[in-house]
Amino acid sequence: MQTIHASQVKPPFYRDERILGIISQVLIVVIVLGLGLFFFSNMISGLREKHSVAISFTFLSQGAGFDIGESLIEYSRERTYFRAFVVGLLNTFQVAFLGIVIATALGIVIGVMRLSTNFLISRIAAVYIEIFRNIPLLVLLIFWAQAVFLKLPRVAEAFVLPGPIFLSNRGIAIPWGIPTESWGTFLIVLVAGILLGAVVVYLLREQGKRTGRMPLVTLWFIVTVAAVGFVGWIVLPQPLTLEQPKLEGFNTQGGKILSQQFMALLSGLVIYTAAFIAEVVRAGIQSVSKGQREASTALGLTAGQTLRLIIFPQALRVIIPPLTSQYLNLTKNSSLAIAIGYPDLFAVAGNTILNQTGREIEMFTMIMGTYLSLSLLTSLLMNMYNKRIRLVER
Amino acid sequence: MKSMKGINRTGMILAMVVGMIIAACMSPDAGPEPVLSDEPAAPQPQEVQSTLSIVQERGKLVCIGNSQLPGFGFLDSEGNFSGFDVDYCRAIAAAIFGDANALEVRPATARERFTILSSGEGDVIIRNTTWTMSRDTDLGMNFGPTTFYDGQGLMVRKESGVVTLPDLEGASVCVITGTTTELNLADQFAAAGVNYEAVVFEDFDQSFTAYEEGRCDAVTTDKSSLVSRQTTLSAPADHVILEVTLSKEPLGPAVRHGDDQWFDLVNWVVYATMIAEEAGINSGNIDSFMGSEDPNIRKLLGLEGDFCSKVGIANSGCFVDVIKEVGNYAEIYNRNLGPETVFDLPRGLNSLYTDGGIIYAPPIR
Repeated sequence: MQTIHASQVKPPFYRDERILGIISQVLIVVIVLGLGLFFFSNMISGLREKHSVAISFTFLSQGAGFDIGESLIEYSRERTYFRAFVVGLLNTFQVAFLGIVIATALGIVIGVMRLSTNFLISRIAAVYIEIFRNIPLLVLLIFWAQAVFLKLPRVAEAFVLPGPIFLSNRGIAIPWGIPTESWGTFLIVLVAGILLGAVVVYLLREQGKRTGRMPLVTLWFIVTVAAVGFVGWIVLPQPLTLEQPKLEGFNTQGGKILSQQFMALLSGLVIYTAAFIAEVVRAGIQSVSKGQREASTALGLTAGQTLRLIIFPQALRVIIPPLTSQYLNLTKNSSLAIAIGYPDLFAVAGNTILNQTGREIEMFTMIMGTYLSLSLLTSLLMNMYNKRIRLVER
Repeated sequence: MKSMKGINRTGMILAMVVGMIIAACMSPDAGPEPVLSDEPAAPQPQEVQSTLSIVQERGKLVCIGNSQLPGFGFLDSEGNFSGFDVDYCRAIAAAIFGDANALEVRPATARERFTILSSGEGDVIIRNTTWTMSRDTDLGMNFGPTTFYDGQGLMVRKESGVVTLPDLEGASVCVITGTTTELNLADQFAAAGVNYEAVVFEDFDQSFTAYEEGRCDAVTTDKSSLVSRQTTLSAPADHVILEVTLSKEPLGPAVRHGDDQWFDLVNWVVYATMIAEEAGINSGNIDSFMGSEDPNIRKLLGLEGDFCSKVGIANSGCFVDVIKEVGNYAEIYNRNLGPETVFDLPRGLNSLYTDGGIIYAPPIR
């Protein structure tokens, strides 16, 4: 007796859902790969036929021949294109790093202000967020550059603040420490201080575990490092000498000059990104259930303690992932520097070097690769942090 | 296990497909196959249609020009292009069609102009373009006769008292990227041993705004452009262009490599305007020369020998059309840059060789 169940009959392949699924996936892969290969081979043949140029990176070791306005490392026109590329990269890195630090601080303050029960404070924060979140960054940058920093007095009539700090439309000149011979020794002393601080922290923690009363660990750490640093500073013959800027010739000389372009870019990026970070922070804080706050108050914690010890640690879990996106945005947005004349990676590599060498494919590959690595590095660090603070579920 | 099998099979199919695609893409490189075409005797890819016949079929010349530089190439509020470079575009159109307005000016930035020409979107670049060796070779351009001898200069505020390069020690200089000026600046300041801060902008407007606001002590670009842009500053008289010249900037038309007839045509239209000035022929008096006995003039005006046909134009009076519609070199210069314009740019090097300049055209013979 043979009964054939419907399930045992193999349907024709064109009605088999599993096979159809595979076929459609293969088709999509073929189309995507085919398109990619088409564009790639088109590019290669275009380069070969039209310009008889093959892809090569050897030009990077040729002399650059142009000057860059500001650089964190020693650079002159005799150096190579690669060196110029690195100068641009470091400038991007500098503005991105400082931007992230300042925007985070400002964003947290505004995000907390936004939730304040004080009507005026919460309104101020709301107005700030709504204004800066809704203006395109490019507009904001050009506004800062042309309407704020370029409108400062000319360098000859610069505002002089005590210090002296010179404020002019060339930028901000501030006094700056110049390392002397003993600077290296002082750094070693400082590292020793940090190690000592770590030991102190460990001992205090152990004591805290025994007695059940946790002392102010962070404060003690700072005190230890500062004390060691202070002793080092006194004992060693002046590790740093303060160089003061002075007006000489066309520009201020000496000290540290934060150029007008740098300041405009940094302010634009910070103010814009801080508005987004503030919203992220607000959302994070609001995600913590009301019961937590009530319980904390019931236990007699002050408002500040509640925020610092109860609300914020829990809010962080919600805040970190979107915050990472904001950090990535800030780094990538720094490429708008080209609009205001700051020599960042894109301005130096994507414009000057590219124009001089005509090596579009090579330069853009390098630029994209570099931004990609910067972004991946940022998200890697943030993901590590995220993993550490994540709620451990048992 | 069933699902594993499925994945394996998918993987195999994928690998096969990818392999096939790669093979398919490699094969044309390995052995050139006949190009798919319904005509058996398809023309070789090298033998493209000549630029002149493309232009004639289209019925107008497409000239890659500038729209932001008053005096050379400028788009006015009524949508008309005017300027020295634009007049040379008009001259070429006049030679081909007998009508200087059979022309479309395609405005381009400094960066994109060469790409537009190589891709065939335009026929000739006349856009204050400096003739340099790498552009001539690497970029595959052919440069016609220099129509304007320029040099890179520096503009400073009068009150600064700067006269020579060394006076600029420690100064900030605004410069535009994507041009030869950035390199010349670095070279010349290094040669003079002068330290400076380069403030690099992407376009003219920002560079000059920053200069005017006092962000920079000096701004640098071609001298003719400095003169042109000085008129747009709020107080032009407060600024002065330094005597020093940082570079040689011969500006002229450029065409694609590989079409010699078209290259010759562009060259000889430019030369014709120079020869006309030399002979004293202009758009006003040209008719009185039609009876001239001077063989050189007769050749220029197409009365003797058929020189226009040598550059592929059937009309033997092609240069007459150029002079009638656009004028001779002096007329073009004076109309756009001369004493009656706001620029009042002295001819200097751009005078005829008989007047102490270096404008010198080979003979039509």
